[in-house]
Amino acid sequence: MDFKRKDLLGLEDLSPEEILLILDTAKSFREVLERPIKKVPTLRGKTIVNLFFEASTRTRMSFELAEKRLSADVLNFSASTSSLVKGETLLDTAKNILALRVDCFVLRHPTPGAPHLLAGKLPVSIINAGDGAHEHPTQALLDLYTIREKKGHIEGVKIAIVGDIAHSRVARSNIWGLNKLGAEVRVCGPPTLIPPRIENMGVKVFYSIERALRGVDIIMMLRIQRERQNKGLLPSLSEYREFFSLTEERISLAKKDALIMHPGPVNRGIEIPAKVADSERSIILNQVTNGIAVRMAILYLLLGRR
Amino acid sequence: MALLIKKGRVVDPASNTDEVLDILIEDERIKRIEKNISISSAEVIDASGKVVTPGFIDMHTHLREPGREDEETIESGTYAAAKGGFTTVCCMPNTSPAIDEPAVVEFIYKQARKRGIVEVLPIAAITKNREGENLSDMGKLKRAGAVAFSDDGDWVDNSDLMRRALEYAKMLNLPIISHCEDKTLTQDGVMNEGFFSTILGLKGMPKEAEEIAVYRDLALARMTGSHLHIAHISTANSVRLVREAKERGVKITAEVCPHHLVLTDKEVRCLDTNTKVNPPLREEEDVKALKEGLKNGTIDVIATDHAPHSLEEKELDYTLAPFGIIGLETALSLLVKELVEEGVLSLMELVAKLTISPAQILGIDRGKIAEGAKANLTIFDIKKGWKVKKEELVSKSTNSPFIGWQLPAPVEYTIMGGKVVFRRGQR
Repeated sequence: MDFKRKDLLGLEDLSPEEILLILDTAKSFREVLERPIKKVPTLRGKTIVNLFFEASTRTRMSFELAEKRLSADVLNFSASTSSLVKGETLLDTAKNILALRVDCFVLRHPTPGAPHLLAGKLPVSIINAGDGAHEHPTQALLDLYTIREKKGHIEGVKIAIVGDIAHSRVARSNIWGLNKLGAEVRVCGPPTLIPPRIENMGVKVFYSIERALRGVDIIMMLRIQRERQNKGLLPSLSEYREFFSLTEERISLAKKDALIMHPGPVNRGIEIPAKVADSERSIILNQVTNGIAVRMAILYLLLGRR
Repeated sequence: MALLIKKGRVVDPASNTDEVLDILIEDERIKRIEKNISISSAEVIDASGKVVTPGFIDMHTHLREPGREDEETIESGTYAAAKGGFTTVCCMPNTSPAIDEPAVVEFIYKQARKRGIVEVLPIAAITKNREGENLSDMGKLKRAGAVAFSDDGDWVDNSDLMRRALEYAKMLNLPIISHCEDKTLTQDGVMNEGFFSTILGLKGMPKEAEEIAVYRDLALARMTGSHLHIAHISTANSVRLVREAKERGVKITAEVCPHHLVLTDKEVRCLDTNTKVNPPLREEEDVKALKEGLKNGTIDVIATDHAPHSLEEKELDYTLAPFGIIGLETALSLLVKELVEEGVLSLMELVAKLTISPAQILGIDRGKIAEGAKANLTIFDIKKGWKVKKEELVSKSTNSPFIGWQLPAPVEYTIMGGKVVFRRGQR
C-alpha cells in the first residue's frame, strides 16, 4: 500500500487502508519519541509553513515539534482573518509564501474548504489543521491511534461523542474515521448543538447523556464554547453542566473499562469535572503525545518520499 | 435592408405556432410571416433545421452598472444577453447608487441606448436605497421607465411597509418582485441547510426562511389584491404555497432560475464558490417540485438571476465569497437539456416561460412573433451541441459552475429590432 496523495484535507475521502497506513506509520515514529535523541533526518532540506488563522496552542506546537523531529525547516505564520479580509486574500498570502520556495503548508482556518482552495491552486502539499467546523483530520487520526493503542482495535468499539457536535470539526472527522474502521458511533448533546441529518453520517443521536453512555468503550467529550450561549444555542453554561457534564455517576453507566478522551482545551468544571479529567480513565494526555507521532507520519507520507 | 429568415421552425407560444415558416423583417418590425417568401433585395438567414422563437426576456438580471463596472457593464451584460438569445433584460436595482431615483432609471436607458445591444428595462427599488424604511418615489420611477419594483436581495421585512408598497404599486399597475428570505433564519448562512451543510460544517440556510417569507407575501398580496411576483423560487413547499394561492385567485406569479433546476446542494461538496448562490442550491425533492411547478403552470417564468462577480471576490473562501453566478449565456442550453430533453416541458412550453409569460407579467408588448411586432428573435440549433468555455464567455465575469459542460442548443442568431446583434462564431 502506497500513499499517493499530495494533500491531507480530511477523513471523508480517505480509504480505510489509507487510514491504517497512517496509523501503522505513526507507530514507528511513536518509538522515536521515546528515544533519548528524538530527531530523524527524514525531511532535511524541506521547508514547512504553519499557516494559522485561528488561535491554537496544542495543534500548532504539535505540528511544529513533529516537523522539527523530522529535521524540516519551519516557518510560523499567525494572523487573524479580519486583518486579511481588508488586504491580502488567503490565496495571495499563500502564493507569496510559496514564492519563498516552501514545500508544504499546514493550514488552520476558520472557513470550511480553505485548505481545499489552496490544495486546488498550489502545487505543494497542504495539510488541513482544522477548517471551520468541517474537518480536523490530524486530530481524528491521533484519536484513532490512541483508541487502537488502548483497546487494541477500532472495529466494534462503541464510542459516544458528547458536546457541541454542530460546531465541531473534531466530531466530523472522527465520525468519518471511526465509521470507516468499523466502530459504533453515538453523538450526544442538546438539539441546538446537533446539526441536521447527522444520522445520515451513520451515527445514532442522543439528547440524553445517560442513554448515550450506556455500554460504551470510549467517551469523547468536546469543549463547549462560551460564545454559544450568546447565540441563543444554550440557555446557560450552568444549564449545560447540569445536563451534559461528565460526572462519575454518568461514567458508571459506560463499560467498566471505559476511557475518556478530549481534544482539548478542556473546560474543567463545565463539560468535564477536574477530578474526572485527571482520573485513571482519562487518556487525554496520551492523545497529546500520540499527536506528534501521527503528524510525523503524515508529514513523512506526504513529503518524505519525493 | 430587409432581413429574410428562411425555413426556420417557428415556435411562438403567443400564437401557438409551431411550423416551418419564413419571416420577413423590415424597418425593425416583422413584415410578413408566410410559408415561402422570396424577395431579391433582402439579406437572407438560412434557418433550416433551426428553431426560431421570439427573443427571450430575462426578468432578473444584474448588470452591475452603475457601481461595479469591473464585474459587468450594461454593454458587456447585453452582449452576454445577446449570446444567450435574450433581447430584453430587466436589471435589478442593487446597483450603486440603487435604482431608486428617476435619474438612475434614465441613466440606464441612456447607457443602454449608447452601449447596449439588447433592450434593458430597469426594475426600481421598492424602498429608498433598498433600506426597507421609506417607499421610493414609485410613480416617478414608473414615469421614468421602471417596469417593476423590487428591493432585490433584501426582503422588505417590515410587513406594514410591504403592504403599503403592494397597495401603491396597484395604482401604478406594476408588479412587486419579492426576494423571499427571512434573514433572521439565514444569518451567516452560505448554503442550503441539510445533510451537506452538516458534513461540510458550513452554516445552513433553511428552506423555511424562504417559505415563511413567501407565505407572508402571499397573504399581503391576497389582502391588497396587488400583483406580487416571487423571484427565484427554490423549495418544494414554496411551490405548494404559490399553487394554493393561485387556486384561491391571488394575483401572484413566480419565477425559477435554471441553476435551481440543474444543481443541488450536493454540488457544494466541491467547495467551489461558484456553487454559492442565494437562494442556495436545494435538494433533489425541491428540483422535482420546481419542475412539476413549471409543468403545471405554478411557476410562470424562468429567469437567470445573472449575477456577475469578480474573480477576486469569487476566489475568496466559501464564507467570504459573494452569492451569485452568471447565467445569461447558458440558460437556454441548460433548460433544453434539463427540461425539454428530459420530457418535463415541450419546446413550446419552455419558450413561453422565456418570452410571452414574462412579457405579460411586466405588461410589455414583447415576446411574440406576429406581423407588425417588433422583430426581436432568437434562432438556435436544437440538434447541435457546444461546450461552455471560460475564454468564450462574453460576460465580464466568469463565475459559472457550468464551465466545461457539454450542452445542447447553441444560440445561432439573436435579432434585436431587425438587426442581428449576435451571430454564432462571431463577436
